[in-house]
Amino acid sequence: MAVPKERALDIYKTMQRIRLFEKQASRSFAEGVVQGFIHLYIGEEAIATGVCANLNDSDYITSTHRGHGHIIAKGADLNKMMAELCGRETGYCHGKGGSMHITDTDIGVLGANGIVGGGFTLACGAGITAQMKKNNAVCVCFFGDGSTGVGAFHEAMNLASVWKLPVVFVCENNGYGISTACRRDSSYTNPSMACKTVADRALAYGMKAFVVDGNNVNDVYDRSKEAIEYARAGNGPVFIECNTYRWDTHFVGDTDNYRLPEELAIWKEKCPIKTFGTYLKFMKLADDEQLKAIEKEAKAEVKAALKFAEDSPFPAPENAVKDVYTDIVEEGR
Amino acid sequence: MKEVFFSEAIAAAIRNEMARDESVYILGEDIGIYGGSFGATAGLYDEFGPERVKDTPISEMAIMGSSAGAAVTGMRPIAEIMYDDFLGCCMDQLMNQAAKFRYMYGGRVTVPMVVRCACGGYVTGAAQHSQSIEGMLAHIPGLKVAYPSNPQDAKGLLIAAIRDDNPVVFLEHQTFYGVKGEITEDFEPIPLGKGKIVREGSDVTVVATGVQVGKAMEAAEQLAAEGTSVEVIDPRCLYPLDKELIYGSVEKTGKIVIVTEECKRGAWSGELASRIAEDRFEALKKPIVRVGALDTPVPFSQPLEHYMLPQTEYIVSAIQSVL
Repeated sequence: MAVPKERALDIYKTMQRIRLFEKQASRSFAEGVVQGFIHLYIGEEAIATGVCANLNDSDYITSTHRGHGHIIAKGADLNKMMAELCGRETGYCHGKGGSMHITDTDIGVLGANGIVGGGFTLACGAGITAQMKKNNAVCVCFFGDGSTGVGAFHEAMNLASVWKLPVVFVCENNGYGISTACRRDSSYTNPSMACKTVADRALAYGMKAFVVDGNNVNDVYDRSKEAIEYARAGNGPVFIECNTYRWDTHFVGDTDNYRLPEELAIWKEKCPIKTFGTYLKFMKLADDEQLKAIEKEAKAEVKAALKFAEDSPFPAPENAVKDVYTDIVEEGR
Repeated sequence: MKEVFFSEAIAAAIRNEMARDESVYILGEDIGIYGGSFGATAGLYDEFGPERVKDTPISEMAIMGSSAGAAVTGMRPIAEIMYDDFLGCCMDQLMNQAAKFRYMYGGRVTVPMVVRCACGGYVTGAAQHSQSIEGMLAHIPGLKVAYPSNPQDAKGLLIAAIRDDNPVVFLEHQTFYGVKGEITEDFEPIPLGKGKIVREGSDVTVVATGVQVGKAMEAAEQLAAEGTSVEVIDPRCLYPLDKELIYGSVEKTGKIVIVTEECKRGAWSGELASRIAEDRFEALKKPIVRVGALDTPVPFSQPLEHYMLPQTEYIVSAIQSVL
């Protein structure tokens, strides 16, 4: 099993779009065009792409502070995303959210989230909606290994399990919560958890749990397809731990004094895009030229998104008082 | 009109809204078979079943956060957090998620949810089952905060809260549940942000909330015997606040006493006092006076608690101090 042949090139393109969007965001951040804090998804592209390839627009996802990849994979408009990162009126949140709060409820994105672990209980809520409205939707909750130390993780896992909510918990285990290592590598002291895998935690809540290679989009696709179908059928939640690595620092600008230098080289060898490209060529689904062409297309989209953002106006300052409530606009001055 | 317990007025409002709108559901600890720790959801489980009357594990974060998630995806949850003290267990889900969703997502979503909490003291409940933290709640942009003082207002305000498209924290003083009051047979909402003059007067304005409304009325009664005419206003909603009603009264009397059960440090009463000072200073004939609890946690032992919380005699003295 692997991604369907007819969708393979689309999936490759999605991974490239994420990678190139992030590279551009990073450059634009360095130039001061993108402001605030940004957290890059480079190196983890196979997870969002493989999972979201199994979702419809009516399905929900909750995301994290490292959310660009999830949102692009769910089908968001790069123009509105880049405009939001640049604080422009044309951005998804009209400049009120920025990188950490991009949302598009039209395609089921319930927001990136600036609070680590913020998405867990929201995902349960979306699951409740799906269950009560019987609308056949599922919610995928993306989160990192570090956030499983948050209390809300445990409450949400328990609630989802006892209420059989249609939620798929997708852990992106990139090895670190900022600087604190989870237990994956025994060379670290003071790890963030004592169990061997994050998936072990799910077992305590009576949940089916799996560990997959998060850098292999075929593996992610297959396992999440099965999990999503299981949850959609009303059988309850499923937990998938995807092992991966973030190539960049926690946020653009951190000191990165906590990782072993050789790690990055090892994981770059396991680049999810390169790996999938090799697979596509081996299976004769694409040749180098085609893959280059796809990359070029994605690059053009990202470039156009940046131009759209830069050409867009900033919001009118007085818009700051709007959208606090549906029915009250009060300056309070 | 009929006479019912405060808890029955709450249940009646919920029942009406659940029958009217199938996206309304309730969830919380022991709200189903047990009928709620204060009996405010009694009978609803039998009537609507476990799908719409959801008994939860002891998981305030999951109650609050799932409500926010369900609200942005089309449901209208009513969450019961047993005591407002326990909001401390789920403040992220309330303050950082529910309250801010609409704003940080640029107005793309609505968050129609109600959080009902028992609050307040006078029951020797000690420091973690007696608090009045309405000042903290009303401080948070994105939240509305309602605080009824009688069954009739509770019914109408709760209906309005359930129909509101914004997150509303609905405070229910725990001494109210077993108190009876008359309610009308209708199910008309009372708009959030519309206060009420509960006693007309001309010498001094007293703004009081929750249990303090009754204590202010007692104080007004006592002072009437001495020839002082006290106007008592129950704002009923702390945000949005019916400032015009209060300002109108201040313009009439020139004197104001604000009575809330919170400890005075950082209290909502301070917010109201500062607004009056900023907006209607010229109408004031005397300094603004606040009556509140002392700046301590709520103590257990009865004499300690009595000393710490506002009492009618303190309100009487406060009013006399501005005459």
